[in-house]
Amino acid sequence: MRFPFLFAGIFATFSLAWFGQTVIPSIQLGNLQPQTEEDGSDPYPVNNSGVAARGRKVYVSEGCVYCHTQQVRAEQAGSDIARGWGKRRTVATDYIYDNPVVLGTIRIGPDLANMGDTEVVDPITQKPRWRDAAWQLKHLYAPTSTVDDSAMPSYKYLFEKRKIVSERSDDALKLDGADAVESGYEVVPTTEAKDLVAYLLSLNRSHPVKEVKEANQAKPEAPAK
Amino acid sequence: MSDTLTQAPLSASPPVSDSEIHKVERALIDQSAQAPLLFLYSSAILWLLAATVFGLVAALKIENPGFLGSVPFFTYGRVWPAFTNAFAYGWASQVGMGTGIWLVARLAHVSIKRPTLLIFGTVFWNIGVTIGVISILYGAGRGIELLEFPGFVQFILFVGFLLIAAWVAVMLRLRRPGHTYITLWYLAGAFFWFAWLYSAGNLMVGSKHSHGVLQAIAASWYAGNFVSLWLTSIGLGAVYYFIPKVSGKPVHSYHLASLGFWSFALFSGWTGMTRLIGGPLPAWLITSSIVASILMIIPVVTVTLNFVLTLRGDYHLIYFSPTIRFVFFGAIAYAVGSGISVIGSLRSVAGITEFTNFGVANTQLMLYSFFSMVMFGSIYYIIPRLVGCEWLSSRMIGAHFLGAAYGGGIIVITTLVSGLLQGSGWNNPGMSSSVVVQSMMPMTIGRIIGWIFLAFGHFIFALHFLTMLLRLGRPSGRPTLFAGHHEEVSH
Repeated sequence: MRFPFLFAGIFATFSLAWFGQTVIPSIQLGNLQPQTEEDGSDPYPVNNSGVAARGRKVYVSEGCVYCHTQQVRAEQAGSDIARGWGKRRTVATDYIYDNPVVLGTIRIGPDLANMGDTEVVDPITQKPRWRDAAWQLKHLYAPTSTVDDSAMPSYKYLFEKRKIVSERSDDALKLDGADAVESGYEVVPTTEAKDLVAYLLSLNRSHPVKEVKEANQAKPEAPAK
Repeated sequence: MSDTLTQAPLSASPPVSDSEIHKVERALIDQSAQAPLLFLYSSAILWLLAATVFGLVAALKIENPGFLGSVPFFTYGRVWPAFTNAFAYGWASQVGMGTGIWLVARLAHVSIKRPTLLIFGTVFWNIGVTIGVISILYGAGRGIELLEFPGFVQFILFVGFLLIAAWVAVMLRLRRPGHTYITLWYLAGAFFWFAWLYSAGNLMVGSKHSHGVLQAIAASWYAGNFVSLWLTSIGLGAVYYFIPKVSGKPVHSYHLASLGFWSFALFSGWTGMTRLIGGPLPAWLITSSIVASILMIIPVVTVTLNFVLTLRGDYHLIYFSPTIRFVFFGAIAYAVGSGISVIGSLRSVAGITEFTNFGVANTQLMLYSFFSMVMFGSIYYIIPRLVGCEWLSSRMIGAHFLGAAYGGGIIVITTLVSGLLQGSGWNNPGMSSSVVVQSMMPMTIGRIIGWIFLAFGHFIFALHFLTMLLRLGRPSGRPTLFAGHHEEVSH
């Protein structure tokens, strides 16, 4: 094989794939804007700042993405919706403010795309899948205290065990059984733990979007709450 | 006048044969490559050991989340990316660059006149990987698969790579004119593609404007191509060199090789989005990757056929030659792994296997049982030529092979099965999350056993390599072969 020909081919094949797989998608999605509603309600999604944005950093730093995804597949592509992981499939609009984006590629644990959705129902318990901040904190501190057989590692290092000075702090965890600490002590979440939980509870991709026509047809009135 | 001067001493000495000239030339090339390659290989093997520790810890953490307690540095979410990065950049990329440089030097007939350039490159690369892995353990990882190292670390790595790749470019430029052997196609491709892939991947993922699904697209494109166009290219190039070299036969078919290479180059770059089938990406984009994945059958079949047909009639070499045993094992693993990639990319299959250990098993098969095994085989061939002595013990090589082949195999099979269990569990809405996760646990114990095999093999290998570095090998000029010493004497 002649070398100039070889090099031209090496260049051409790669540039073609690079163009097709990254440049064209950039053109297609680069200017994706939040969805504005005709009735004048808030655009979707909103750019989270403050606590939830700090919590995203904790999520990335602790590597939650190596066990949890944040993407719900369409009905025909898997049982994500049937499992109660979300009411609709997630679409590009859902992620426009996410940096880094934590779609994830593996589910050692459940999907977290809608951890803050208070309505979506767990098919086994027939109750909302949503859990409050106290539950989430306890789950992070001692996973098996809230979910039997949980395989999640404990994030005790995001909590602080300290002596109770005058009275129990408001945010002290209510621990029992093997996880309880000796009397006179309490376990309180650090800022990181609180931020992380605020982030988890901010995750809600249930707002109807134009890309998912089925969702719009099913709920034409689009209830925000 | 000058003619008579140069001819006089030549005619006086006995005639020198072509093969003797080539022998001297090869010795000179090997000598010039000695310092930089031993440095690259030593660092690669140290990173292999580090990655083995991280991999074993990660496997233990999955089985028992309380293992090593609740310590931030060793939480699974940090140890796992520390493992993948130590393996991908510390071991795989460095050993690939080492073997790549040696192959290019051999095939271009150019000796390495500026070894300092390569040594500086390796220093940069290792500083980068070290800071990067420590950053991940400290919680400063970026959370994007294979691009976890912080931005400034990626820059250090890129400088290191450019210093190394510059010399590869120089060698290709100075190559002896004439036929360009197949291995050089793959290596020229690998080094060029990686320069583009790495810089573009980092710019697209790390830039301030990068966010959302576009970032995920760039990350998937990068991760997919890192495996295929960077490491697989080097691996295939090495197989194309060692099978004909050790068996002493030409490659079965040049036309098959050509078809295999060009279809590989054309389709590989499009397959990245199969990591996100069903994800929130434009449908056409995912479909393009699935189509490309299916078309990958063409290069995989042609390349594998070429390897098998080249070795046909010489299968006894698998029994005798350490290089052939490792390299041919790798070639078969390549075929199996690529076949699994094709199956996993079908939408109907991906409904179950996507986002499960199925993909992890596939990556393990491609990066370990294929790529790493080929690299082990090439090290067994190259190192004696660099240090001037032979491997001490065929038993140690055999033990390394057992650990690596069985360990890798056990990990791939148990991870694959756990992926299928996981996928069918998640697809059963009546099964609670913890039941799904617990259903994978028996397989996790298999993975740990596999990792112990690997650790054993890697420890023996590193020890054996150390004896070669210290020039404690056998001074004999004959290679260390399996199957007894009488074989060696009879040659």
